[in-house]
Amino acid sequence: MRIGVFVCQCGTNIAGTVDTQEVARRAGNLPDVAYATSYMYTCSEPGQQEIQRAIREKNLQGVVVAACSPRMHEPTFRRAVERAGLNRFMFEMANIREHVSWINNDREANTRKAAELVEMAVAKLRFNQPLFSSQISVNKRVMVIGGGVAGIQAALDCSDGGLDVVLVERKSSIGGKMAQLDKTFPTVDCSSCILGPKMVDVVQKDNITLHAASEVESISGYVGNFTVEVRKKATYVDWTACTGCGACIEKCPSRKVPDVFNENLANARAINIPFPQAIPKKATINRDYCLHFTKGKCGTCQKVCPTGAVNYEMQDEIVTEQVGAIIVATGYDLFDASVYGEYGGGRYADVISGIQYERILSASGPFGGHIKRPSDGKEPKDIVFIACVGSRDASVGRPYCSGVCCMYIAKQAILTRDHLPDTRVWVFYMDIRAPGKNYDEFVRRAQEEYGVQYIRGRVGKVYPKGDRMVVQGNDTLLGVQVEVEADLVVLATGIEASAGARELAEKLRISYDQYGFYMESHPKLRPVETNTAGVYLAGVCQGPKDIPSSVAMGSAAAAKVQALFSRDTIETNPQVALVNERVCISCGKCIQVCPFGAIQWKELRGGIRKAEVLPSVCQGCGLCNATCPPKAIQLQHATDNQILAEVNALCA
Amino acid sequence: MSGSNSVPVTEQGMKIVGFLCNWCSYGGADTAGVCRFKQPTDLRIIRIPCTGRMDPLFAAKSLIYGADGVLVSGCHPRDCHYAVGNLYARRRLEVLKHFLPFMGIDPRRFHYTWVSASEGQLWQRVVTDFSEQIHQLGPNPGIGAESEIFEKLGN
Ligand SMILES: Cc1cc2nc3c(=O)[nH]c(=O)nc-3n(C[C@H](O)[C@H](O)[C@H](O)COP(=O)(O)OP(=O)(O)OC[C@H]3O[C@@H](n4cnc5c(N)ncnc54)[C@H](O)[C@@H]3O)c2cc1C
Ligand code: SF4
Ligand code: SF4
Repeated sequence: MRIGVFVCQCGTNIAGTVDTQEVARRAGNLPDVAYATSYMYTCSEPGQQEIQRAIREKNLQGVVVAACSPRMHEPTFRRAVERAGLNRFMFEMANIREHVSWINNDREANTRKAAELVEMAVAKLRFNQPLFSSQISVNKRVMVIGGGVAGIQAALDCSDGGLDVVLVERKSSIGGKMAQLDKTFPTVDCSSCILGPKMVDVVQKDNITLHAASEVESISGYVGNFTVEVRKKATYVDWTACTGCGACIEKCPSRKVPDVFNENLANARAINIPFPQAIPKKATINRDYCLHFTKGKCGTCQKVCPTGAVNYEMQDEIVTEQVGAIIVATGYDLFDASVYGEYGGGRYADVISGIQYERILSASGPFGGHIKRPSDGKEPKDIVFIACVGSRDASVGRPYCSGVCCMYIAKQAILTRDHLPDTRVWVFYMDIRAPGKNYDEFVRRAQEEYGVQYIRGRVGKVYPKGDRMVVQGNDTLLGVQVEVEADLVVLATGIEASAGARELAEKLRISYDQYGFYMESHPKLRPVETNTAGVYLAGVCQGPKDIPSSVAMGSAAAAKVQALFSRDTIETNPQVALVNERVCISCGKCIQVCPFGAIQWKELRGGIRKAEVLPSVCQGCGLCNATCPPKAIQLQHATDNQILAEVNALCA
Repeated sequence: MSGSNSVPVTEQGMKIVGFLCNWCSYGGADTAGVCRFKQPTDLRIIRIPCTGRMDPLFAAKSLIYGADGVLVSGCHPRDCHYAVGNLYARRRLEVLKHFLPFMGIDPRRFHYTWVSASEGQLWQRVVTDFSEQIHQLGPNPGIGAESEIFEKLGN
């Protein structure tokens, strides 16, 4: 084999701590290396041309580039060598930037290490074989999981592009957290007025199938051809018959049901439609509170329903959907404030969370939009907001910033002063984070125009005194202790990964960080892709963000899906397992371990059977390869010979 | 953090082979690099698709051929890109660890762990600690005396 080695200087990123000339010189002495050089920016246009020129002029059959991480530029260089006529798998990279030049300044040790990494790459390349992709057809339907504002935006954009969309929402209505908000920063426009029409669009589009009260049960397949089983949970109401008239709700005798949509500030009935603008506007029975299910003696709703929609015998139903791509937009949940015992969240009725205050402010909320405190319905004269409750605090496992609380506190403070001009408002904060467009101006308005008192410092304790609460903290700017008596305390509870996020990630085979937020493929350059081809992210499931960013991400994910679907076929990854039938002893171990069911028996003449890999199903994990006793099954491009060649080059 | 800026300077480097899965730990090592988290220079990383691809033989052969240490790292259990590869790896590598003494290899020369793509700091600590351990153990004396087992495994 005639191999060319290109050692990248990456400006000074590599050359600063690695003698790239020396690395190239040593590479030139390796077996099969016909050409070795060092180049300033190998990934640049002239850099790639230099590789292509060398391939032609030196008749190269394989190329090694020693540069940055292959996770960064392997696809770039593979395309480059392909354009010069080589097979894209006749290429290897040695990572001498992230794994060498950036992690140590010892030039001599780095140079030795880089040279050895190049030697390993060359050793592997000598065993490489050209591999060829095949084409598989793409099912141009997309599934969106989660019907918050991010998922709605993604679904509508895909629908506008002419795609069939399946939207799966776990609650009985779409809308997510935004549906619970009163107004939105920084424009203070009404949340349901801007979200409502989008929610209506979802049901009016012919090409969107909505599964509400549903969850993903299992996912199999791969980009272009996923099979998703969706569990449609029993709602005990036939939604094709339910008209959303609400007659059942009015008559339901079980009246002490926590109203989840109103954050438990009011009671709902056992049969319920969560809010007036719900989409779909259909009733659902809560089994835990329904007297028919708990005591076996009520049947009121069934009697009063004018369309006979109530069905106590209903069972969960599994529907199977075939899609080519999946957008995950499962949003977030909120930190449980009772973790901070000293704030009294969950203990005192008048210590509430930010989302509860949204419901209090909302005209469709539990108090019809009049600001009253939960304990006795009195109008509060003094309100204290406490920022960062479950944000930026490593001691409760939440070192990150929730990104939206500073802004929604300012919004809620402004709205409070609009509703009740005589009410005084205090905010205890750590730092104010308001980096969006018109955001800082908005916070300033709260402070300057609305006279909200901002006190920089942590609150130590909140305790009751008479029928009021005392908030004790310190003002770190003045260096004094402060005590504020308040009628209502609002805790800005932080954002955390939505319940079940990890389990869903495991079904999707995508990664999540230590807090349960889904990981994007590249933090800067691939923000909506995941490392699983065909699975994209939108909204807060990826990390805390506000509505504009969630919507932008929804649109971006939709654009990615449209790009994927703009072709009728996609190339398969040829780095799959392959069985050498003559070596296979028919033990079937590979069939047992393959997580994807990619291996089956192939009957040969005489009743003999051998393992056979389905290349379009194989994901290339190599588990079978490590399992196979006679090593008959080999993962191409990472065969035993290739890996051992690297080991050998280094150790022998 | 141990040794974040005080990398032990050694005249003679050790040979440590790392087998890292493409999706998590290789990414974690990249993240550590991008963040310029300083690390010792003894480690040479081989990228494998998944720790499930990790044949214990790769580690054994590395040590037989004279590597001073072998480090395997993959996705945290339950976060495997291929669902279960790392669970198989965990069983196999645990067995290997117990088997090494029979080959006359100090099991402290072998370590496996889990580091995700976002855990650059953790990766720095893993590399620093393991490299320090190998420096303490010194160069691999070779296992020529154990020729019987050697031949069985090395064929
Ligand atoms: C008190 C408060 C006030 C706020 N005020 C503002 C504001 O004024 N302006 C602003 O820009 N931002 C504001 N925000 C932030 C805003 O709520 C979010 O940016 C936005 O709601 C994110 O939308 P999303 O679609 O990503 O997530 P979500 O709204 O959480 O939607 C996710 C959806 O997915 C569903 N789901 C979850 N898991 C699954 C599953 N496994 N299967 C199926 N479905 C699932 C959920 O039921 C939900 O419907 C505020 C946040 C809070 C807490
Ligand atoms: S490499 Fe082997 S175990 Fe992995 S998916 Fe392919 S056939 Fe299955
Ligand atoms: S594990 Fe190997 S020998 Fe056994 S059936 Fe599969 S390919 Fe054949």
